[in-house]
Amino acid sequence: MIRFDQVSKTYPNQNRPALRDISLEIERGEFVFVIGSSGSGKSTFMRLILREERPSVGHVYVAGKDLSKLSNWKIPQLRRQIGTVFQDFRLLPNKTVEQNVAFALEVIGKSRPTIGKAVPEVLDLVGLGGKGGRYPNELSGGEQQRVAIARAFVNRPMVLIADEPTGNLDPETSVGIMKLLDRINRAGTTVVMVTHDQAIVNQMRRRVLELDGGTLVRDQSRGVYGYVR
Amino acid sequence: MRAQFVLSEIFIGLRRNLTMTIAVVVSAAVALGMLGVALLMLFQTNYMKGYWYGKVEVAVFLCTKDDTSLHPTTCAGGPANQTRMDALQADLTANPLVQNVLPETQAEAYARYKEQGSGSSGGEYSQITAYVSPDQIPASLRVKLKNPTTENIDAIRSTYQGQQGVEAVADQRTILKPLFKLFNGLTVSASTVAVVMVGLALMLIVNTVRLSAFSRRRETGIMRLVGASNFYIRLPFLMEGAVAGLGGVAVAALGVASFKFFLIDRVLAPSFTFTSFIGWDKVLVTILILIPVGLLMAVGASALSLRKYLKV
Repeated sequence: MIRFDQVSKTYPNQNRPALRDISLEIERGEFVFVIGSSGSGKSTFMRLILREERPSVGHVYVAGKDLSKLSNWKIPQLRRQIGTVFQDFRLLPNKTVEQNVAFALEVIGKSRPTIGKAVPEVLDLVGLGGKGGRYPNELSGGEQQRVAIARAFVNRPMVLIADEPTGNLDPETSVGIMKLLDRINRAGTTVVMVTHDQAIVNQMRRRVLELDGGTLVRDQSRGVYGYVR
Repeated sequence: MRAQFVLSEIFIGLRRNLTMTIAVVVSAAVALGMLGVALLMLFQTNYMKGYWYGKVEVAVFLCTKDDTSLHPTTCAGGPANQTRMDALQADLTANPLVQNVLPETQAEAYARYKEQGSGSSGGEYSQITAYVSPDQIPASLRVKLKNPTTENIDAIRSTYQGQQGVEAVADQRTILKPLFKLFNGLTVSASTVAVVMVGLALMLIVNTVRLSAFSRRRETGIMRLVGASNFYIRLPFLMEGAVAGLGGVAVAALGVASFKFFLIDRVLAPSFTFTSFIGWDKVLVTILILIPVGLLMAVGASALSLRKYLKV
């Protein structure tokens, strides 16, 4: 589903590469944690999958396509197959929950009947059935993140990328979010999640990719957050 | 493509940046209005050239009784009589440069003079006509050239200027010179202002779109992430520019129309009765030219600004 082939990324005017010779493959339907301290290259890793950046060296493949050969006007097609969730939710405050989710479908030109059907469905899935008319500021952090997940998932993407989705949430709420992501993963969507949350990684026992200074230092299936040093 | 969605985005955007939108509309209106005035003046100049250059170009004025003292060399023989006039006419007709010659006797010239005087609104002019007698107005030969270039006119002038019975040879186009000068001046100054204002309008549009892109960065960021096409993301901004540009065109059209209505029809036309002025058809043509210019200006500047300030 996602394959990195000897990928290095050096940003302009920087000596040290943000990513150094990364090769890995994430299979369809996998659940992968990406961990590492700040500046270890996690964000660059995500941005390369979304084709927000191009690798300096090497190739990134998503769904069988070489992203470096992807022309600019085809990028939207790629991004329609990837849902994205952020730590800070990124909801539109002047739109209701329903409108926020519908927005993702409106802007890719889906028809009104399709939207009318898909939005309540996905809101039920994330456990927000009946809260479609609320505004983001009327919801708790956990609920807001569920809206963001609903928005990322409403178009049924093949990959869901979550950048510290529990970073702003208390442990109890985080568990709820993780259950939701797990459910989405079990339905067949590949989930790539960047996190600092040790408890979650240790509890879920899924594949762990650890980055350190731009290098992949660990690729462990059923891994835990870290060794006690 | 959801038209309703795009439309609502446009108007939200325009309302959010209301002051900038007004600035854009006004500067675009002034720019386009000046362009329109320049175009109208260009039309008018060409129109007058066609109108006048097809008519009489050179007038050979004959001596009157007063000229004996004023022009002692050529008018020494007193006022030119019919015989002299016929001789000059025959001579001019035989000239290869001349197409035809139209004689105007003193009586005819006096009648035309009085008619023009009565048409004028100024009381001063009619007071003068009362003291002018027919024998003070010179008879003339109106000469139309085959090819009215400046050289040919000069050639005719130098040939007949010194002849007996000829008071003066006048290039009729010189009487139009002030008017041509006025219109040329208007064209030049209007186009200068237009150029400056177009530059100003472009900068304002670039900035407005930049502000708009900034205030909607949250939306466009999400649109980008969920895979909206570049066109779809940019369209509301481009349409914003287009709507503002069309607003400018509308105001400019009003300006051009009032220029025709107030300045040309009410001021210029009554003051310069000897020539006619462009009609509303040319105003319409001007407005039809302004529409694509305004649209192109606004959409072009928006697109440029988006390239720079909206990452897709």
